[in-house]
Amino acid sequence: MIGVRDLSLSLAGRPILRDVSFDMAPGRIFGLVGESGSGKSMTALALMGLLPQGAQVSGRALLDDTDLLALDERSLCALRGNEIGMIFQEPMTALNPVQTIGDQVAETLLVHGRATRAEARRIARQKLDRVGLPAERFPLDRYPHQLSGGQRQRVCIAMAIALRPRLLIADEPTTALDVTTQSQILDLLKGLVADEGMALLLITHDLAVVADMADDLAVMRRGEIVEQGPTEQVFRTRQHPYTQALFDASDHQPEGGSTPHPAPMLAVRGAVRTYPGARRGLWGRAEPVRAVDGVSFQLHRGESLGLVGESGCGKSTLTRAILGLEALQGGEILLDGQAVEAGQPMPPDMRRKMQVVFQDPYASFNPRHRVARLVAEPFHLTVRPADADARVAEALRAVDLSPDDAGKYIHEFSGGQRQRIAIARALITRPELIVLDEAVSALDVRVRAQILDLLADLRGRLGLSYLFISHDLNVVRAITDRVLVMRAGRIVEQGPTDRVLAQPEHPYTRGLLDAAPRIPPQWQQREDGDERPVV
Amino acid sequence: MLHFVLTRLLSLTLSLIVASLVIFAVIELVPGDPAAFMLGLNATPEAVAALRADLGLTGSPVARYLDWTGGLLRGDFGQSYTYRVPVSELILQRLWVSLPLAALALALSTAIAFPVGLLAAARRGRATDYGIMGATQLGIAVPNFWFAMLLVLVFAVNLRWFSAGGFPGWEAGAGPALKALILPAVALALPQASILARVLRSALIETLGQDYIRSARAKGLSQGQALRRHALRNALIPVLTIIGLQFSFLLAGAIIIENVFFLPGLGRLIFQGITQRDLIVVESVVMLLVFAVITVTFLVDIAYALVDPRLRHRR
Repeated sequence: MIGVRDLSLSLAGRPILRDVSFDMAPGRIFGLVGESGSGKSMTALALMGLLPQGAQVSGRALLDDTDLLALDERSLCALRGNEIGMIFQEPMTALNPVQTIGDQVAETLLVHGRATRAEARRIARQKLDRVGLPAERFPLDRYPHQLSGGQRQRVCIAMAIALRPRLLIADEPTTALDVTTQSQILDLLKGLVADEGMALLLITHDLAVVADMADDLAVMRRGEIVEQGPTEQVFRTRQHPYTQALFDASDHQPEGGSTPHPAPMLAVRGAVRTYPGARRGLWGRAEPVRAVDGVSFQLHRGESLGLVGESGCGKSTLTRAILGLEALQGGEILLDGQAVEAGQPMPPDMRRKMQVVFQDPYASFNPRHRVARLVAEPFHLTVRPADADARVAEALRAVDLSPDDAGKYIHEFSGGQRQRIAIARALITRPELIVLDEAVSALDVRVRAQILDLLADLRGRLGLSYLFISHDLNVVRAITDRVLVMRAGRIVEQGPTDRVLAQPEHPYTRGLLDAAPRIPPQWQQREDGDERPVV
Repeated sequence: MLHFVLTRLLSLTLSLIVASLVIFAVIELVPGDPAAFMLGLNATPEAVAALRADLGLTGSPVARYLDWTGGLLRGDFGQSYTYRVPVSELILQRLWVSLPLAALALALSTAIAFPVGLLAAARRGRATDYGIMGATQLGIAVPNFWFAMLLVLVFAVNLRWFSAGGFPGWEAGAGPALKALILPAVALALPQASILARVLRSALIETLGQDYIRSARAKGLSQGQALRRHALRNALIPVLTIIGLQFSFLLAGAIIIENVFFLPGLGRLIFQGITQRDLIVVESVVMLLVFAVITVTFLVDIAYALVDPRLRHRR
């Protein structure tokens, strides 16, 4: 039905795609995997005719007999939303905040002149029902900000399938969602493909997601498809070394680490943090929300402790309280025996002991400062030592960067290198505890594997303790000794990571584990390992 | 929404009370005697004493404040010292010139700015955009009185379509009165339209980069449809802010234009009040302008909430 032939693309003279060819059939799911910058999204945008200005395209993309790449803008407008629908990664921003969800779904029908206003609203209702947003809880006059991320992604899907397109393109549709929501959205997409007989182009960086979903699979690297075929076959043979490398990185287990001492580094006792409830009427308020509801745990010296839970479970609030950024209404937090008090300046020595690394390596640096100043920043809170420059060099070396990098600006580094700089910044005060808040979630699998190795190595060498906050169970499995599972402000289960993830006791933990997509174990055995070409 | 409106109303009332206190205190606390100040250096003590009584400067400050604000609420602004007529009468006359002038100028500026801003955003980075940006830059840089003189030269002196100045009054009929306001309104509107068009353009361009515009395009909307149906309303918040500020400015800030066209507006009244040391007039007009600005701000707040449902639903 869809045949892409020798699709090449360059932007401002820079080649982005090279001779991309693949075929898709109705009722089947085609997975496109690769790391960021590999050209997955550009391939999709080329099919939609939504490439950035100045893009040079060659090749053909045939939908039946129509070459999508040869169409003018007017014909493309008639085609988009009608024959081809598309959903994107970030559901929180994918909907117009000032229009109701009913209007936004109905618009797909109206803009193609396929229904009257009343009919369009009726069909919008049906489609919202179909994607799991029933009328009683989700009337058409809801606004996007009244919905969660998963619900918004459902609205986007309803918008994309309102005219029953023959091809649906889903660009990282679940990357921004929690595991349980992810599995519901993936099930929905699977059901739509089966019911409506549409073809689905599923773009993802997550091998486990494609393993679970796709009938056929193509692996992309630097604008080229390096390997493609039926999903199981690609997983079992892994002919191209890059496929193998991706596969290895996806469940990488770093070596090293250290043995924890029984001495407590961080103790949280009965922590409670509540927020005022929603306003009801003029003066009234709903019950206060207990974001952190009596949480107690200990983190030992040299230990790596995981904290997992879905968005809204209170893990961010708890993290902020531990960092002294959020006052507690009850309980206490002790860092190496000293109480953490929000609202008061933390004593320099205490500040030194605890550092933090955040998720987004792009947003967490001031772009106008050089690396030397960025890395030395924590000294503002403690005291700038005489050998500050030597310490910066030492920290950069510790994260496998060169001391010469200190003179550069942050935009000169890749995402993985930036996260190394963030870790260097955390190491500069020679801390004892590092709080890693989704610190590897924004990274590609191979970079993530390197950072996990680095973290394991640093912990072994410097005797660090980690509090590792993540929604990703695979990562938690790789880097932590012990794990806490948090839900609705409470710790529902805790124990050694291996035990909790292998034999979960709490139904919620079991649900999380079941929802996480997994590569079938029998696919993990390579069939023809000896024929692998040498890199 | 009700909660939103009520909280805004409450803040409006509080702002008015604070403003009246400040204005009263300035007149009250400045060193020296207002009556002596108004009469100048050569006044006799008797004249000063008489004026003090006239101004109601006898009695405790609290009583005088309550007296003054009570009068304001009833529409009694006191007696102008120089004009010897009730200030309310003076203000009302001038308001009938300034209010229509400001409204006309604002309507013109908005009517020019919207199509121009939309066009520039739609043709971003192309010749039309550069042309519009250049023209609006000029519109901001050139003072409005220069526009005013140019307009008089072309449309009054050469073409003789309009008179060069003066105001016939509304008694002469709506036609001639409006006609007298057109050139000043255009002169006032051009710089404001330039500012507004640029704000709208940059707000639209920022909005056009949002993910939901991409979603709209994926539904099959053309670039123009996405701009009008999705980007415009989201870009309105900064534009509304500017419109509110402009109205407040136009109401009292038209003083130079009023002078160029010999219009008896509020700007000239306050200017005359200051030069003639008529503190009663100054005090009342300032209070009226504060009231106008605060009311416009309140209306802009309500407009925000109408545009953006997230503000309506905010807890």
